[in-house]
Amino acid sequence: MLRILGKIQRIGIISEPLPPLNEPALTEIGEQLKARIGELFGGSLAIREVDAGSCNGCELEIQALNNSWYSIERFGVHFVASPRHADMLLVTGPVSRHMEEAIHRTLAATPEPRLVIAVGACGADGGEFGESYASRGAVANVIPVDAVIRGCPPTPVDLMRGILEAIGRP
Amino acid sequence: MTQDKPFAPFLGHLAQTGLRVESVAAHGLAPAQVITVQAEDWGRLGQEAKEWGCRWAAGWGEDIDGKVDKAIHIHACFEKGGAYLLARTMVTRTNPILSSHTPSYPAADRPERHTQDMFGVAFTDHPDARRWTRHQAWKSSEYPLRRDFPAAGHPLAATPADHQYKFLAAQGSGVYEIPVGPVHAGIIEPGHFRFQTVGETVLHLEARLGYTHKGIEKIAEGRDAASLARLAGRVSGDSTVAHAWAASMAMEKAAGLTAPPRAVWLRALMCERERVANHLGDIGAIANDVGFAFGFYQFGRLREAWQRASCEVFGHRFMMDCIVPGGVAADLEPRFMETMRDEADALRWQIGKLMAIVYDSPSLTNRLLGTGVLTPEQASALGCMGYVGRASSLDFDVRRDATYPPYDRLKVTVPLHHTGDVNARMRVRHEEIVVSLEVIKALLAGLPDGPVGSEWRVPIADSEGLGIIEGWRGEIISYVRFGAGGRIARFFPRDPSWTTWPALEVLIHDNIVPDFPVCNKSVNGSYSGNDL
Ligand code: SF4
Repeated sequence: MLRILGKIQRIGIISEPLPPLNEPALTEIGEQLKARIGELFGGSLAIREVDAGSCNGCELEIQALNNSWYSIERFGVHFVASPRHADMLLVTGPVSRHMEEAIHRTLAATPEPRLVIAVGACGADGGEFGESYASRGAVANVIPVDAVIRGCPPTPVDLMRGILEAIGRP
Repeated sequence: MTQDKPFAPFLGHLAQTGLRVESVAAHGLAPAQVITVQAEDWGRLGQEAKEWGCRWAAGWGEDIDGKVDKAIHIHACFEKGGAYLLARTMVTRTNPILSSHTPSYPAADRPERHTQDMFGVAFTDHPDARRWTRHQAWKSSEYPLRRDFPAAGHPLAATPADHQYKFLAAQGSGVYEIPVGPVHAGIIEPGHFRFQTVGETVLHLEARLGYTHKGIEKIAEGRDAASLARLAGRVSGDSTVAHAWAASMAMEKAAGLTAPPRAVWLRALMCERERVANHLGDIGAIANDVGFAFGFYQFGRLREAWQRASCEVFGHRFMMDCIVPGGVAADLEPRFMETMRDEADALRWQIGKLMAIVYDSPSLTNRLLGTGVLTPEQASALGCMGYVGRASSLDFDVRRDATYPPYDRLKVTVPLHHTGDVNARMRVRHEEIVVSLEVIKALLAGLPDGPVGSEWRVPIADSEGLGIIEGWRGEIISYVRFGAGGRIARFFPRDPSWTTWPALEVLIHDNIVPDFPVCNKSVNGSYSGNDL
């Protein structure tokens, strides 16, 4: 136990004050986001992530938002297990046909008002997989989408920026 | 592999038993030996290979259009002692019936069901005739990997839910069923799990996968080499380097081309970086799944730093699209040589400190020791590999046992554990990180000079190639055949997850439901790599 505490103390807080990539706008958006989440969502934005057929690259980067570098919770953003608790869906993948019904049901289980963001090159337009007998391609081909975050996969910073922008929109 | 034809005694034995075997010279498939057998002997070949002690490594089909009676080729790939035997047979499209390898090899179960769904080949004595990859996106009379099936399919307005799949059901007082998925609670890939439980104890688990099936094998057809490498790099996002390498190796063999030494060493550098990144993430996630948040944050921090360094050096956090046919996309800048070496040393020091804490935390180890046991016998029957196999006494690593450049010039130690529990799978990961860091340093020390790519040469039609490499999950087998004009006619990537998903169903027996997440994470199968 002592060693654990020792390690924690030595490492300290490593969450980077955004922006790590020299984008002053991000801190600004971060502050706006907090304010916006305060106004719109009572201080906390709950996101349900749904993999609709991705290669898992996008999931890994979304997971990374929870690591101590990004620590997205500090902006009041957290990921939830149930769509019923969610304000926002982050949907990845070229929507595989086998996930089509699951996506509809997840959307239906998400209370309004809600935001749907399509993530990744696949979510945006089908990416490398496109549309086929097995895949519907873009998320927007299956459910209404409010915003798109491109990238293959989008980096955690891209994701933060995308979420902030979608929220920041008046 | 010291012998030239390691399977010669086996083939001699087959001939003695009256099984008609024909050896085939297949250039790009070397060092695998290739044989063809008659369709009626297929099942017996499986039995004999089993008795000979071979592992059933992979199986796939191909619809060869306009050739030999419009035949569908069926392949099975066996491995023994680091040598590979590729067996082939064919069935006609009009009567596609074959005996199964599953009675001898449980590992053949799902690959054969995949072949059944995709090609319409019936495996007569297969113990489980249920569909596997097919849900409801295409009809039971349609076979997507047949030539006459259009890549676009015959889309319905909406794809119905797959609710008629017959899961095994348990009955009795106190038995109940827990269905989970396809949408899981975490930020992970989709799949469905059906638990039969009594109280908290799992009696039976059945996985239903295929939710991320996006037609990779079909949409590979007609691509050129560069475009196939991009697709291969997305078979499973966490194994982008390994799959891109295996596919590029297969294509290069088909083209009779060798990537220059420097390119091959850089590929290995990326592949080891990928291994380290994923093992770091997994150790953290295993800790997290039993509520040991300290481990999650510490290993997450290390993984993030590692990925950022990969991005700085190679331009992408996962090194996606960095491996291209003929070589690598960009050279390593000299300024990174030293930073990478220092980084490896620093990580090794950090890991030592952290793992000491992990092993010394009874609240953590209590949940990992003896949990999710896969016995060596079970692992071997399922043909497991990678950290799952090595935690259950299966001492196999392609880098060492069926070596390929640059590993033929390097020493790769393969950690082995015997308890087969979650703890052993975590330990193998830890020890593999340490080995990888040494390999990274050796790669940097011996990095040859020279170009990082060979000019791509379009292979003649029908050239085939096999790429077999050790990805971070274990052996990856990638098969390609070119058609006319340098376009891909067939691509089959066999991710190690094909063997580890069935292992999860076995090792969860008699564990409690709350330990399922950690058992699952300790195996960490890829859904996308399995569903294709
Ligand atoms: S956008 Fe790229 S990383 Fe994301 S799912 Fe598609 S292929 Fe994978």
